[in-house]
Amino acid sequence: MSISKILRAVLTTAKYISLIFFSFCAVLPVVSCFITAFKTDVEYQTTNVMTMPQSWLNFDNFVQAFTKAGMARAFMNSTIILICVLFFSVMIGTQLAYVLNRFKFFGNTIIRALFLFASQLPGVAMQIAVYEIMYNLGFINSLVGYIIMMCGTDIISIYIYIQFFENIDYSLDESAIIDGANYFTIFYKVLFPLLKPAIVTSCILKGVSTYNEYYCANLYLQDKKKYATVATSLYTFVGPLGSKYNLICAGVIISLLPALIVFVLCQKQIYSGLTAGAVKG
Amino acid sequence: MKHKRTFKEWIKSRDGQQVLVMIAFMIVPLLLLFVFTYLPFGKMFGFSFYNMKYVGARKYVGFKNYLKVFQRDDCFGALKLSLYYMLGSVVQLVLALYLATVLSFKVKGGAIFKGFMFFPYLINGIAIGFIFKFFYTRGFVFDTVLQWCGFQLDNLPYWLRDQSINNFSLVGTSVWRYFGQNMVLFIGAIMSVDSELYEAAMLDGANRFQQFKYIIMPSIKTIITLNVILSITGSLSAFEPPYVITDGANGTGTYFVVMHEIAHTQQKVGLASAMAIILLLIIFMVTILQKLFFKYVFRNAEDEDPRAARKRERALARSMKKHERK
Repeated sequence: MSISKILRAVLTTAKYISLIFFSFCAVLPVVSCFITAFKTDVEYQTTNVMTMPQSWLNFDNFVQAFTKAGMARAFMNSTIILICVLFFSVMIGTQLAYVLNRFKFFGNTIIRALFLFASQLPGVAMQIAVYEIMYNLGFINSLVGYIIMMCGTDIISIYIYIQFFENIDYSLDESAIIDGANYFTIFYKVLFPLLKPAIVTSCILKGVSTYNEYYCANLYLQDKKKYATVATSLYTFVGPLGSKYNLICAGVIISLLPALIVFVLCQKQIYSGLTAGAVKG
Repeated sequence: MKHKRTFKEWIKSRDGQQVLVMIAFMIVPLLLLFVFTYLPFGKMFGFSFYNMKYVGARKYVGFKNYLKVFQRDDCFGALKLSLYYMLGSVVQLVLALYLATVLSFKVKGGAIFKGFMFFPYLINGIAIGFIFKFFYTRGFVFDTVLQWCGFQLDNLPYWLRDQSINNFSLVGTSVWRYFGQNMVLFIGAIMSVDSELYEAAMLDGANRFQQFKYIIMPSIKTIITLNVILSITGSLSAFEPPYVITDGANGTGTYFVVMHEIAHTQQKVGLASAMAIILLLIIFMVTILQKLFFKYVFRNAEDEDPRAARKRERALARSMKKHERK
């Protein structure tokens, strides 16, 4: 009996050690960045990267990184992009999910399959030809163009909405029809307000991925002074500033702050949203 | 008697209203889907037969681009690097599965561990590039930590330059970024298992390992299969780590990094399109093969164990409940 107790204690300890170890691995790269962001130039050159900075109140690097990378502008652009993309993709996504869930028609499954198939295509490969289309539409160096491209509904949020619609009783629609409402009224007045939790979840997921998107932003918003997003503004640090890591780290930390805040506030939605999207996909 | 309705009457009827709302609600998403996915897909196929840049004259060359993909060393050969990423994704899945199993039971500070391990998934790609350039720089973070563990700096390689190790370094960043996300997916799947099953198994005297094998594994089979499929196709199209960290230098250029370079820097659009089409074909083939494989494997492996066990446990749980009611 005592042996099994010892064994259990050993296993529990091993479990916690492994958890601590992997958590350490997960945070170490970011924490080291955070430490370096507070160091002065002299300190950065003379001390080891893992030595704590002399002062945790040295915000010079943050200020410099913010101005040098034009982050004020970048944050403004990112905000505009975020608001527009979220607004339109919620509208488009919920409407599409409504039709796909509530109406039986020829092509329903085909449309679902088309969206599913589209999500399997690797983005980097697709951009070879999308670039030509964006060019012909005059969407290079155009925030509007970039926003329209980003609005394409993704399968994950469609699934989240469809799942949610499945749990809304159809009798709600029917009673509204009896009251004389048409389908538009049913959608906007009756169903849309009920979708709120699903909308919040998918907005958080889509918001984070839009905020973090850099490949297309780099490709289509080439004027880095005018149209940088927060992610692409970090490209300022490639080149002559490439070895001033105290500055770079400050920039990196600034860029990931919004995601960190959203994560701390909305952990539950992020987890459940991911799970909801994955199980069906 | 049927009476032919005028268009006006039809549009006011319920059928008409339905068609109207369907068109109104679907036209934009379908248009976007067409313009940004299927149209480029078709165009890419067309491009692959031409020698062309984005702007200017195009010359039809037939299958020459496809031949070139196989002839040039830097194109098809780059697919070899996928093996590193496949290995990485195996490590990632196993690690995620272990952590998910541990964290699905009561653990002190579980939410914090989960949060720490998940957060890397939410960092933008360029920031990750800088973080790891910094992390792997000679004498910086990684070297320091290894020195704490007793390694000598002189014995350590240059993590991003040394060709015998740099692909592992890059794969490591990819594992770092995604293992937490995989873990969260697995936790979600494990949590959706009926908790009655665990109780019943406990009563039957099943230990943790048996619980894992007979209850957790069968119920998250689907999501594991899905993730294995995704990780293999993902390895074939590995792109981000080398793109943001090494820019494909020193033998780290994966197939997609080379393709990106050929398309957007060298502007050989035809060749890049051929590369894309070839890889897409490979991905489809691999996906179909995997699906068949899993179907076959699961049909054979499922003969007795998990299902019968689950049935038994459910019956047990039911009888327990009846007992309680009495």
